[in-house]
Amino acid sequence: MSASPAPEFGSLAEIAASVRTGATSARAILAQSLDRVRELEGDLHCFNEVTIEHAEADADAVDRMVRSGRDPGPLAGVPVALKDNLCTEGIPTTCSSKILAGWLPPYDATVVSRLREAGAVAVGKTNLDEFAMGSSTENSAFGPTKNPWDTGRVPGGSSGGSAAAVASGMVPLSFGSDTGGSIRQPAALCGIVGVKPTYGVVSRYGLIAFASSLDQIGPFTTTVADAALALEVIAGHDPMDSTSLDRPAPDMLSTLTDGVSGLRVGIVDDFLTDGSESSDAVVLAAAALALAGAKVDHVKIPDLLLGLPAYYLIAPAEASSNLSRYDGVRYGLRVDGPDTETMNSRTRGQGFGPEVKRRIMMGTYALSAGYYDAYYGQAQKARTLVIRAFDAAYKNFDVLLTPTTPTVAFPFGSKVDDPIEMYMCDLCSIPSSLAGHPAVSVPFALSSEGLPIGVQVLAPALGEAVMMRVAASLETAAAREARGPVTP
Amino acid sequence: MTEYETVVGLEVHCELSTATKLFCGCRNAFGDEPNTNICPVCLGLPGSLPVINRRAVELALRIGRALNCSARRSIFHRKNYFYPDMPKDYQISQYDEPINVDGWLELPDGSRVGVERAHMEEDTGKTTHVGGGGRIHEAGYSLVDYNRAGVPLVEIVSRPDIRSAGQAKAYVDELRSILVATGASDGRMEEGSLRVDANVSVRPMGSVEFGTRCEVKNLNSLRSLERAIEYEVERQIALIEAGERVAQETRHFDEGDNSTHSMRSKEEANDYRYFPEPDLTPLVPDAGLLAAAAEGVGPMPAERRHRLSELISSSSELATRRDGSTDQVVTVVDLGLDELVHGAVVAGADPRLALARAANEAAANPEAARQLAPKVFADLLKMEASGQLSATQSKEVLAQLMDKGGDPAKIAKRLGYEQMDSSALGAMVDDVIAAHPQEWQRYRDGDDKVAQFLSGQVMKASRGQANGKLVAEAFASRRES
Repeated sequence: MSASPAPEFGSLAEIAASVRTGATSARAILAQSLDRVRELEGDLHCFNEVTIEHAEADADAVDRMVRSGRDPGPLAGVPVALKDNLCTEGIPTTCSSKILAGWLPPYDATVVSRLREAGAVAVGKTNLDEFAMGSSTENSAFGPTKNPWDTGRVPGGSSGGSAAAVASGMVPLSFGSDTGGSIRQPAALCGIVGVKPTYGVVSRYGLIAFASSLDQIGPFTTTVADAALALEVIAGHDPMDSTSLDRPAPDMLSTLTDGVSGLRVGIVDDFLTDGSESSDAVVLAAAALALAGAKVDHVKIPDLLLGLPAYYLIAPAEASSNLSRYDGVRYGLRVDGPDTETMNSRTRGQGFGPEVKRRIMMGTYALSAGYYDAYYGQAQKARTLVIRAFDAAYKNFDVLLTPTTPTVAFPFGSKVDDPIEMYMCDLCSIPSSLAGHPAVSVPFALSSEGLPIGVQVLAPALGEAVMMRVAASLETAAAREARGPVTP
Repeated sequence: MTEYETVVGLEVHCELSTATKLFCGCRNAFGDEPNTNICPVCLGLPGSLPVINRRAVELALRIGRALNCSARRSIFHRKNYFYPDMPKDYQISQYDEPINVDGWLELPDGSRVGVERAHMEEDTGKTTHVGGGGRIHEAGYSLVDYNRAGVPLVEIVSRPDIRSAGQAKAYVDELRSILVATGASDGRMEEGSLRVDANVSVRPMGSVEFGTRCEVKNLNSLRSLERAIEYEVERQIALIEAGERVAQETRHFDEGDNSTHSMRSKEEANDYRYFPEPDLTPLVPDAGLLAAAAEGVGPMPAERRHRLSELISSSSELATRRDGSTDQVVTVVDLGLDELVHGAVVAGADPRLALARAANEAAANPEAARQLAPKVFADLLKMEASGQLSATQSKEVLAQLMDKGGDPAKIAKRLGYEQMDSSALGAMVDDVIAAHPQEWQRYRDGDDKVAQFLSGQVMKASRGQANGKLVAEAFASRRES
């Protein structure tokens, strides 16, 4: 696949610096972003809604601050795209579902507020698999997003719109949510950096819940340094989220270029398969780290393989409850009926797509009387085993390396009729979700077909600083042509 | 014929009188304009998250403490079912790890009812079905008010220790005064601050096994509670006597015909799919919370009744019930007038007289009575005891004291309650003796029962102004001479 380089914005820090000093304006940066959106959106369908008027008003506000001598913040003038499951006051927030048609949130998600306070300019809401359930954006009620590396292939999911928007150079920064891999997998398939922070580091307030005990918001960028900066802006305690950790945002930038000398890096053998290009990339990445001074060794952690089946009970169980509220009574779609129950079931029957229904049914079943212990209860035990297996491994290693995904971006329609095959996409990303640990996908190599391959760096809870240090080191060793932005 | 024993367990939902709701900062208030105290959190809007109200936890712990429960680490669960007045279509409630467990409640008659648990949960909104007699299935449309959604509740679950409708009523009555005394609730059943469900069963006297129970809902008053239990017991006994079985079900009490009716079985077929609420962290009652819960909570009604009874019985031969209480003691404690009685006794008043005036006359206006200075109350009681004032006069002075305040002696003077001089009293006594020679003779022969009649005649002649004690003394001295 041939992909030509795209015009670059420069790093987030450079954009902010040029806006803060008045060398350029937020409005000019926004124009560059919107031009690229106009050029490519028809082909890629990254956005559910491009909010030009709001964006122009926000950019003007940033420029006014600069002119009046005030500092708009560390992301001054940075155009940003938001996954359409992040609530934005007065702007449609759909989760790519018909059931939320017409709903205007009366409030901003905490992350959205923090971005605005940092001077970022939101350009729109990006496409996703309905309610973040999927690995290809093919489950969007509004049609799939296409991979800028090959528009015949999926961008991954569920945060496919956010990933493709950065990978195609529409924006230098976007945000997604990651429940079992929904940031890391599309980042890998689109050749960009995607971070899932430690559970509790970023507030979930205003993120429309899929599976509450797993959901975390994180950034997509083209570089590790950009991701670190963006994460530092949105992280930190939020009193509106009880599961938000009561501690300041992790400091990643100050140690980002310290190198990996002396760090212990474990290659998780359980996720490697012979003859797989993504496995080869992991081995190459490990070799690069060893060259840079890290102590690299192989490790077997077979209990991590319990993650996938456990996840596909726990996440649907929580989802079945989280999605109950879409009942046609208060907001969104209502399909009338002669009584409340009929109205409820018609609304849900017509409002939800097939994958969402499948997961609601799986989750409802897993929590039912008589099945709870055998399914949900067992899954929680498996989750505990995954956590213990990680704890044991992190006694000997500072970080672990795995492929982000078993395969590169796949063609549309190739997995959509086989849910199990689709669920396997998350095999390597799910364990750290279950443990609440941070993980990052770094674009590292190109496949024989010319598609990007990501390598995943895992770290224990609150290990963001060392994780991003390793990611930065990997980035310097990575094939430059494996990284976006690209022009389709 | 088989004799049956009634077995009742009660679930009491108590709305906590916090300023704000359980998981958000919206006002917790009754009777406001519908859907004005709402926000993304209590409306369960997509993306919103609950944050626990620390004050509600303190009050829940306070209730647990008053019910002799142990406080422990607890977690919230989600109880999943669809209902339009429940914004998230699940209720956040405590399930198998509640905040308070294993307590008991002592009733005024001295009996104890076990408290299995007192757990926290959120209230639902309120649905009004318009048309079709107010039932959801026949209604033309329904209106939902979410002001109540997310209001903090504590559900107090008794053990099946209650053995009669009367005891059930006494339990709720006592629980109500405890909840009010802790400051956790306003205790208003009519506003739904306190809601009761009763689990009722019967079994042959002496049987150890429980019978099949029915849960009775819609008990909006103590009277409904009593009647519903009485009806349910009769219904169940009749079924058993007829050789039929009692079906375990939920029944609705109808205030119109004082009977219970089976609710649709469909409503009972719910599988609530409880699972731990992932949006909240476990509640650990740390030292700070426990201290806050203990702060400002005085002794509970049972203890106050004991203390008051001891005060009375140490100074009189008042007939006492099992726990030493009397109806007057119960009333005085219930109305919060026990401090007044204690204070008056310290200031020199007769305990028996103080209790009687508090339970009867002061009870007519408890708010005002609670404002009385114990010293002033004692001064009045001393005037009555010494004969300066008759009982009738004393009651009138007390009424004025509660109404306007002031000094008892001055009020008595203003009302013209000068003590009747002994010659005037003597003349009245002599008149009565002259008018009732037969009774006087019987009294002289030692029939003390007639003394009351004679005194009564003097009281009548003096229009209540004479002092009863002095009148009795006058008759006695004339008999002896």
